[in-house]
Amino acid sequence: MADMQDSRRSAFQTMTGLLSLPRGARLGAGPTIAAFLLVVIVAASLLAPLYVPYDPLTMDAMARLSPASAEHWLGTDQYGRDTFSRVMYGGRVSLLIGVGASLVSVAIGLCIGLIAGFFRKLDGPIMRVMDSLMAIPAILLAIALVALNGPSLGSVIIAITIPEVPRVVRLVRSVVLSAREEPYVEAATALGSSMPKILIQHLMPNTLAPLIVQGTYICASAILIEAILSFLGAGVSTEIPTWGNIMAEGRNYFQIKPGLIFWPGLLLSLCILSINLLGDTARDLLDPRMKKREG
Amino acid sequence: MLSYILKRVLATVPVMIIVAVFVFLLLRLTPGDPAAILAGDAATPAQLERIRDRLGLNDPLHIQFFTWVFQMLKGDLGTSLISNTDVGGMIVSRLGPTINIALMTIVISVALAVPMGVIAAWRHRTWVDFAVMSFSVLGFSIPVFVIGYIFIQIFAIELRWFPVQGYTAPSAGLWDFFSQAILPSLTLATIYVALIARMTRASMLEVLGEDYIRTARAKGVRENVVLFRHALRNAAVPILTIIGTGFALLISGVVVTESVFNIPGIGRLTVDAILARDYPVIQAMILLTAGIYVLVNLIIDVSYSFFDPRIRY
Repeated sequence: MADMQDSRRSAFQTMTGLLSLPRGARLGAGPTIAAFLLVVIVAASLLAPLYVPYDPLTMDAMARLSPASAEHWLGTDQYGRDTFSRVMYGGRVSLLIGVGASLVSVAIGLCIGLIAGFFRKLDGPIMRVMDSLMAIPAILLAIALVALNGPSLGSVIIAITIPEVPRVVRLVRSVVLSAREEPYVEAATALGSSMPKILIQHLMPNTLAPLIVQGTYICASAILIEAILSFLGAGVSTEIPTWGNIMAEGRNYFQIKPGLIFWPGLLLSLCILSINLLGDTARDLLDPRMKKREG
Repeated sequence: MLSYILKRVLATVPVMIIVAVFVFLLLRLTPGDPAAILAGDAATPAQLERIRDRLGLNDPLHIQFFTWVFQMLKGDLGTSLISNTDVGGMIVSRLGPTINIALMTIVISVALAVPMGVIAAWRHRTWVDFAVMSFSVLGFSIPVFVIGYIFIQIFAIELRWFPVQGYTAPSAGLWDFFSQAILPSLTLATIYVALIARMTRASMLEVLGEDYIRTARAKGVRENVVLFRHALRNAAVPILTIIGTGFALLISGVVVTESVFNIPGIGRLTVDAILARDYPVIQAMILLTAGIYVLVNLIIDVSYSFFDPRIRY
């Protein structure tokens, strides 16, 4: 079963390719700083319960909208809740939404894309449905889904996922379409490999590299869309602080206390910036052809 | 050429039909009862039943779907559940601000982004290139509304150059229109500039390596002619494509920007309708925006051959 070993090896090589750099290549300063920033933000968010000075939900009527001080490092919001604690806690949920949405959309998109790419008869109908989904502006579709399903964490993740799925499907399908013509797939078919086996063992490894790149971009855009949904009034309910809904609540007090928007906005932007930069780096490493085109 | 256009137009029909089915099912199969919204909290079950009958909500799903589609085809977009006015009229009255802001955004974006991308590619791997690329990565990473508030803070509150919020129609005062529309357009343009500049740079880099560029330079063609006539024209197709796909970005940007700057456009109308579950308005707006998206991309597809004569259908 030489063909099987081959595809195993290529999957293995792709995996190690992600962890180690090609010989002679050096990571520039940008990606290194991005990786460092992201690690700091993720660690600070995950460990928030250990070090933040206040409970993010405890209100204090005596300290409403207070300015930054030794007690409240970034001041407080309109209910007297500590902004620093809320922003650090908010990162946990925003990151969860980002990672959750990217995993779910990659998983769903992978399944549909493999099917569309492999079965010629299903390709047309599936792609027409995907084209239609892509024609609906993502943000409108997402607000509608949240408004109709309720402001829970799960419903926000689903609402962000659904508009992303067609993009993943297109990507997977195009990879499968070209891989399907390779001799090793023909050989596997001739040897009588079952359909699921060909799909999973021979075709799926090809999609790994582009999916990792796409997944990082989806993660970044999911964090961004969560913020926009909250801002428009269709986000996670405010008992669970997220970067998005802290900013959304801060809207009405913007002229008095711009920090309620700027601090979570800054962390969110830095986070998305580093994820995007790492995505670009991963793409350059995994796909030298793209690197040439982008310069 | 004509047969290609016809084929391309026909191909949009199934897409729009699936969008219509999808929007219809989305609103029918999720919890929430339009009749209850219309009737208010104090309605008796009998009143609710009468309203359901009147709205046709008791008919089987496929009958409801076809009634709705035929109404739409006749140009009747239905009646808002909240304001009880004609949806078509509502949309038309809110269309002006959105179109004006969107047009201004596209003009600003293309005027800024294309030269930025061209220069970045021309001065590849210099600080200019680095600055353009940094700006473009940054543009993708900051939420539209945060950019809006930063602009408000700097240009409206600190410098007092422009008003904080609001909208004046150009017919009511051209100066007022510009002073109020400039911040929202710049806000919206940020992400669009990032997108177009990035694509222009990538596309130009590829073209600038071609032999005919070297030939043009060798025979002494001026550098700006080489860049903008020889290279840019050949790099135009991917740039056009990204302007088209980026159009969806523009629509979602409009929704947010109108909220930040308190502009009475269709973006705000749609969000308000969704949050209030005003079903007829939601259906009409999602179909409309999807239709515009499909149309813009159709026009762009067809215009390829104008920019690249090698493409013939």
